[in-house]
Amino acid sequence: MLNAAFSAPSAALPAEAAAGRLDLGALFTESEVPAFLAELDEGLIGLKPVKRRIREIAAHLVIGRARERLGLTSGAPTLHMAFTGNPGTGKTTVALKMAQILHRLGYVRRGHLVSVTRDDLVGQYIGHTAPKTKEILKKAMGGVLFIDEAYYLYRPENERDYGQEAIEILLQVMENQRDDLVVILAGYKDRMDRFFESNPGFRSRIAHHIDFPDYEDVELVEIARTMAQAADYAFAPGAEAALVEYVAKRRAQPNFANARSIRNAFDRMRLRQSLRLFEEGGLADRAALATITEGDVRASRVFAGGIDAPKAPSRPG
Amino acid sequence: MRITQGTFSFLPDLTPAQVKAQIQYALDQGWAVSVEHTDDPHPRNTFWEMWGPPMFDLRDAAGVYGEVEACRSANPGQYVRVNAFDSVRGWETVRLSFIVQRPAQEDGFRLERTEGPGRTQRYGLHHRQYSAG
Repeated sequence: MLNAAFSAPSAALPAEAAAGRLDLGALFTESEVPAFLAELDEGLIGLKPVKRRIREIAAHLVIGRARERLGLTSGAPTLHMAFTGNPGTGKTTVALKMAQILHRLGYVRRGHLVSVTRDDLVGQYIGHTAPKTKEILKKAMGGVLFIDEAYYLYRPENERDYGQEAIEILLQVMENQRDDLVVILAGYKDRMDRFFESNPGFRSRIAHHIDFPDYEDVELVEIARTMAQAADYAFAPGAEAALVEYVAKRRAQPNFANARSIRNAFDRMRLRQSLRLFEEGGLADRAALATITEGDVRASRVFAGGIDAPKAPSRPG
Repeated sequence: MRITQGTFSFLPDLTPAQVKAQIQYALDQGWAVSVEHTDDPHPRNTFWEMWGPPMFDLRDAAGVYGEVEACRSANPGQYVRVNAFDSVRGWETVRLSFIVQRPAQEDGFRLERTEGPGRTQRYGLHHRQYSAG
């Protein structure tokens, strides 16, 4: 039923299939995956290992379709995944794209993403957890269930924690209803590793472990530029140089969250730009409104030694 | 006697795939689907037992169908139906309701005639199981 759109009935097999040959290229093209991968390449900066892994999965799914057409067995592959990586490395963004890719390939029927954390799955008193978890699972049916910071589900220090109950229900559905939904777990690498050690059932039911690397400085600057472009801003030449310095400095400071830090920094630069224009007064033309100058970047506290350093008066952020 | 109430009740019993397709249609219309069961299918009995609250915000029939299956296995000899409620203003009512399980042996009803004052005739439907006749 799930595959109805793709596996043609034997009477309507394409000519190549009848001859026992399939044009993989054509099959790949008609699956709309290439367009998607190109979009992924363009839309996401860096993340090479992740893209490679997604490419592999996509190729595997297309080959699975091809095998089906030629009458080879192709059991529905296990598509549950674990995304590990530091904060701000694009796990949620990729999960969203993943839901779309799997939908285009016909492996999930609806292609929506239900994003949850421990609070949405685990109840507060006895008998509260199972209905809550099942409710979420029902909502995610036909799509992708994204569990952010999945290791919070398991609290070893409290043996009566209800998280264990949620884990058991999850495992059961992940095993028995593999063609109804795909589960993606996400979290920081070390804690996810510990989570999997204490829940071996999870590790074995997840076929794809994808590690999201930290962004390099160049990539972060590129991300800032893309963000600015999307919001109709541009960096002045001096500002871009300052940005490179900013990224290097910010990385060394605590609570660095890769692209998320950059997004926050960009938001603050916009605030500073607005205030500057306001205080300068006079006439502002289109270019002035769209340009972030070196001063806007350099006013950041990061250059003054980070958030722990004493605040410069009247220069927040 | 086969009970005919709700949609599709003059058709043969729906297959699981057909039930899923109907549920999916309801979900695609944005209706909230619920599952109910009863041992008293009298047409005047509008209050069937609810199998959990109505399910809102679902996208795929698999979630509802799981509940249908659970309700069936918990109530093997009973009637089970699926309702789809439309909350759109102006409708605010059940738009689709169909039976998905019947007992193997359906007892049906017997027509009971009662003499009223002035020789008026009153009619009543009585579940065969309960009536001594």
